[in-house]
Amino acid sequence: MLRMMKVRTFEEEVRRLYYEGAVHGTLHLCVGQEAADIGSTAVLKKEDFVFPTHRGHGVCIGKGTDMKKMMAEILGRRTGTNLGRGGSMHICDAENGIIGSNGVVGANAPIACGAALTIRQKKQEDRVSVCFTGDGAANSGAVLESMNLAGLWKLPVIFVLMENHYAVSTLVENASANPDFTKRAETFNLNCFETDGNDILAVRDIMRQARQKVLEDRRPCLVVEHTYRISGHSKSDANKYRTAEEIRYWEERGPIIRFSEKLISEGMFIRQEIDEILAEARAAVGEAVDFALQSPAADDTAAMLTSSVYAD
Amino acid sequence: MRKTYREAILEAAAEEMARDDAVIVMGEDVGVYGGGFGATEGLIETYGPERVRNTPVSETAFVGTAIGAAATGMRPVVELMFSDFMAVCWDQIMNEAAKIHYMYAGSVNVPLVIRTAAGAGTGAASQHSQSLENMYCHVPGLKVVVPSTPYDAKGLLKTAIRCNDPVIFLEQKLLYNMEGEVPETEYTVPLGKAAVRRQGDDITLISYGRMVQKCLDAAEALAEKGWQAEVIDLRTLSPLDTDSVLASVRKTGRAVIVHEAVQFGGFGGEISAMIMEEAFDALKAPVRRIGAAYCPVPCAPEMEKNVLPETDQIIETAEGILNFVPTSLALRIHESRAQASPAACFH
Repeated sequence: MLRMMKVRTFEEEVRRLYYEGAVHGTLHLCVGQEAADIGSTAVLKKEDFVFPTHRGHGVCIGKGTDMKKMMAEILGRRTGTNLGRGGSMHICDAENGIIGSNGVVGANAPIACGAALTIRQKKQEDRVSVCFTGDGAANSGAVLESMNLAGLWKLPVIFVLMENHYAVSTLVENASANPDFTKRAETFNLNCFETDGNDILAVRDIMRQARQKVLEDRRPCLVVEHTYRISGHSKSDANKYRTAEEIRYWEERGPIIRFSEKLISEGMFIRQEIDEILAEARAAVGEAVDFALQSPAADDTAAMLTSSVYAD
Repeated sequence: MRKTYREAILEAAAEEMARDDAVIVMGEDVGVYGGGFGATEGLIETYGPERVRNTPVSETAFVGTAIGAAATGMRPVVELMFSDFMAVCWDQIMNEAAKIHYMYAGSVNVPLVIRTAAGAGTGAASQHSQSLENMYCHVPGLKVVVPSTPYDAKGLLKTAIRCNDPVIFLEQKLLYNMEGEVPETEYTVPLGKAAVRRQGDDITLISYGRMVQKCLDAAEALAEKGWQAEVIDLRTLSPLDTDSVLASVRKTGRAVIVHEAVQFGGFGGEISAMIMEEAFDALKAPVRRIGAAYCPVPCAPEMEKNVLPETDQIIETAEGILNFVPTSLALRIHESRAQASPAACFH
């Protein structure tokens, strides 16, 4: 719960900072997808590889990336995860297995397969590679080819397909000949799981099963998580393709509200405790914002700009 | 010992696989078939299907998988059957392999080699004959190597495999059967270092890949006419050995750049601009470029031949600038003659 609230608060703060003019560049927020992000990463080990998308803040926070460094990166500071070179879309944290968030839709799938190939070649038994993808990327050649290659080579990779209704403005039904993505699993010899992506416990349990299955069965898995992107596609989205009622409908059924109500109705928490968790999340995000705002701007010297284009 | 260009490439891969378990080979038909041009022949027998991985016809997936494997600890050597197919997986090469190290602040390396067959002359027509090196050179983060001899093919490939950056290794289709001396003992050739193939004081012919031999042939013909051409083989286009080029041009004062790629927008333009920016004072004549005609490579033998640069064209262009007299100088000569003898003006 704390982590979901951190993600939500983080995104709200990023949005606020953007409108204050503090963010240079674009933003792809994951408001509404917190259960999918946090539930999917909760059962992963630190050494598991993850490959987030352009909408990757939640996954990075879930995998353990320091929010201070993330916020600094988004605000273009030299203390950022990528020294200011990447911004919102490219958060990288190799220590936590995040080889890098990817800005090209679908392009992370082959790379995730590559990390899985390394796991196979080096005979690492308790490690998986997780490719985060969505209903938009699902129709890209890169994802389809990767599912085939992963199935063919029996790579330890989990494709987490977050079906969040829209690829920018295009509804799933208007982009996929068959919107039931689970049907693809059989074609590519993938084990398959499907879950309500707005139910944090369900997502976590499914991901735990998927991870085990990948290791036991020695073949890849497809996990389809149904969720809804409440935030716009990017900062420039005017929501012309959907109604305010539709967004409100999903806000009322968002993962954080649902989990809070569940905990209270089952008597596990009282409202005040939930509020305390939210206050804790806000404090942590506040610290991240302070850290970022107090950090010096990215190093723009010529030496820095052109250094490490190459490793050698 | 004499070996072919193909054997040299195969030997380099085999030796590096023996030296380092992280080296794996991937690509279409690299297994029992031995690769599109026979340059992986026998590797699968020695190293098995885990390290010599035959792939489906999914360039995006297998090049991307090699990038991901490289980023996490392997050293993949990918064979892309024809360099033209780079277009099929260009996103992975340009947006991923080239960017990862920089974009992720140096925390991730991509030690990857993409071996691929480039160039025309085999009648393979427009989609299997291109020389697109300029595209690769234009992307910061990629290294681009074009070996012109068996010795270099082996030495450069070994260095490329040990390099921690993505390297596009452009093998020349028409050179696979070329024979040359390849030492039995271990050696490598550094990236970013050109070779002077022939010394001369009058003109510099700058080239790489298959066109190096054409330049050497042209230099012989020029020698018969009394001109000594220096021939520079760039070997690596990115990083570029600008020092060797400039040192030679400063000596000769004249330069012709020869490549098989389309002349318009080609790599010759980059070299030419670099010479003019760095050594304008040394130039005795304008720099000239020779490249393919501005059209896709056609199939029929006569057509293909006429599109590509030939030795005669190099000789003719070189003679043109060897005999070049600047307009301003010509005018001054004309005027001084006119003053000395007005009648001479009417010649």
